[in-house]
Amino acid sequence: MQKKRKLGRGVAVVGAGMSKFAMFPDKDSKDLFVEAFNEMRSSVDKGLDPDDIDALYLGNFTNDFFTHQGHWGPIISDVVGLAPKPATRTEGACASSALAFREGVFAIASGFYDIVLVSGVEDMSKRPTAEVTEGLALASVPYESRVGFTFPGVFGAIATDYFAKYGATRDHLMNVTIKSHNNARLNPKAQFNMTISDLMKARIERAKKKGEPVPEWKDEKEALWDPRFNPQVAWPMHLYDCCPISDGAACMLLVAEEIAKNFTDNPLYIIGIGQGSGRGLHAAPSLTSFEANKSAAAEAYGMSGLTPKDIQFAEVHDCFSMAELIHIEDLGFFEEGTGYKAVEEGLTRLDGPMPINTSGGLKCKGHPVGATGIGQLIEVWKQLRGEAGERQIPKKDLHIGAAQNLGGTGGTCTFTILERR
Amino acid sequence: MEAKPFSDISYEQFLNEDKLMGSRCKKCGALFVPPRSICIKCYGSDMEWVEMKGKGKLAAFTVISIGPPFMMEEGYDRKNPYCSGVVDLEEGARVDARIEGLDTTKPEAIRIGIPLTAQFLHRGEGEKMTTFLAFKPA
Repeated sequence: MQKKRKLGRGVAVVGAGMSKFAMFPDKDSKDLFVEAFNEMRSSVDKGLDPDDIDALYLGNFTNDFFTHQGHWGPIISDVVGLAPKPATRTEGACASSALAFREGVFAIASGFYDIVLVSGVEDMSKRPTAEVTEGLALASVPYESRVGFTFPGVFGAIATDYFAKYGATRDHLMNVTIKSHNNARLNPKAQFNMTISDLMKARIERAKKKGEPVPEWKDEKEALWDPRFNPQVAWPMHLYDCCPISDGAACMLLVAEEIAKNFTDNPLYIIGIGQGSGRGLHAAPSLTSFEANKSAAAEAYGMSGLTPKDIQFAEVHDCFSMAELIHIEDLGFFEEGTGYKAVEEGLTRLDGPMPINTSGGLKCKGHPVGATGIGQLIEVWKQLRGEAGERQIPKKDLHIGAAQNLGGTGGTCTFTILERR
Repeated sequence: MEAKPFSDISYEQFLNEDKLMGSRCKKCGALFVPPRSICIKCYGSDMEWVEMKGKGKLAAFTVISIGPPFMMEEGYDRKNPYCSGVVDLEEGARVDARIEGLDTTKPEAIRIGIPLTAQFLHRGEGEKMTTFLAFKPA
């Protein structure tokens, strides 16, 4: 059924940059984008004259709601000096910038443009948490929000079915969280670059200073079971199962394959690119899998001629700990219903056979929704080029990595495979 | 009743009348709750209304401590969380609903698969009436 797709001509990534992801009371979308743009420029090994950029694609979910300002394409293109060149905004909820990446790839593959900047930005933290939650809920499935479901609630419901079907428990979700924090500890760009142990120590110090009862936790799991440390958000999702509210920007420079070496001797090639769309819980064939994931993965694997075994590591959209388990199964890295065991056995750790979310994932790196898709691909870029510093995957011949981005509750999913040759 | 369009608005209007309604494709028999006007199985567009009996089983659920403003206004909060769920109807379709009548302070004790029966939670009156689909233990 799946048609084998191919690009009209090859496309390569030759530059990448991102702001730190965090809550910035004194920086707006433009400020963050400039940080990402400057880092991207300095990442192009043989230099880039920004005048050579043909067009900008910008992923942004809902700055309209968060900042009361829409129409961000031209604003961003102007701030980095690209106007009057074309600027196109893409929207796919939390997958908005993966769609910008895709559109940029297609624009080059079609032969129309040679050099394109693909990017994403979101400025979420300037409003109270209740309003941010309301803004994010704009990407919900109407039948679900109508009966009180929130985003953590949808992933909570998915988790109850997953638990009942496969025998997993909250304890297994904690393994995902602990791993994410361990990786983020090694990522200076991460919003929470601390382990759970670091956070426990900070909490204990604070209690001592304030003269409050000092928690006595044996280990990280015991803290995560403690509702004072890790309160319920939407059973079984607790605070430490959920990604934070973040501001941030990210961008990548895409060029036609035949000119890639003019920019760097070490480009990455887009060998698989897939996208799918999905429906609400009530209409989905399964509660523990996203149709959109499987469709996106089939498209990308089909195009690349690869199978899941060929992917050496991946960034996946862990907006909630439960989501990470669904994705690593949907993408075929592990059999359905066994993802939680794989995480428990350490297979997805930085030093494991299939590292997942070496950046710390959305949970710890942060999730400025419109910037996340490109942010994930930047981690793949860093790992494949051996530039990931302390969190560099200790594997010889690392040459194929992938990123999976999800919008809403599976309404939009993308899967992108990059190769270093 | 037959003249109503197969839309979300009609679905909500039926809920106001304590009816859980879906649409069935006359060509291939596929059932949709809430209703669809186009059959996504065979692309047929000749549909008929079918009333659900309101019996089902809990397929998945969550207990929400931090809800949207309209749920907070109903008095739900961290101390009084509410349950939302997915219900497998006897007729084969699946619906999202509020789940009432369970002890939400002990979510770990709530079991998937428990039998449920529909109830209709009315808010407001007359023209302004809205109704939430809910289920409670049968």
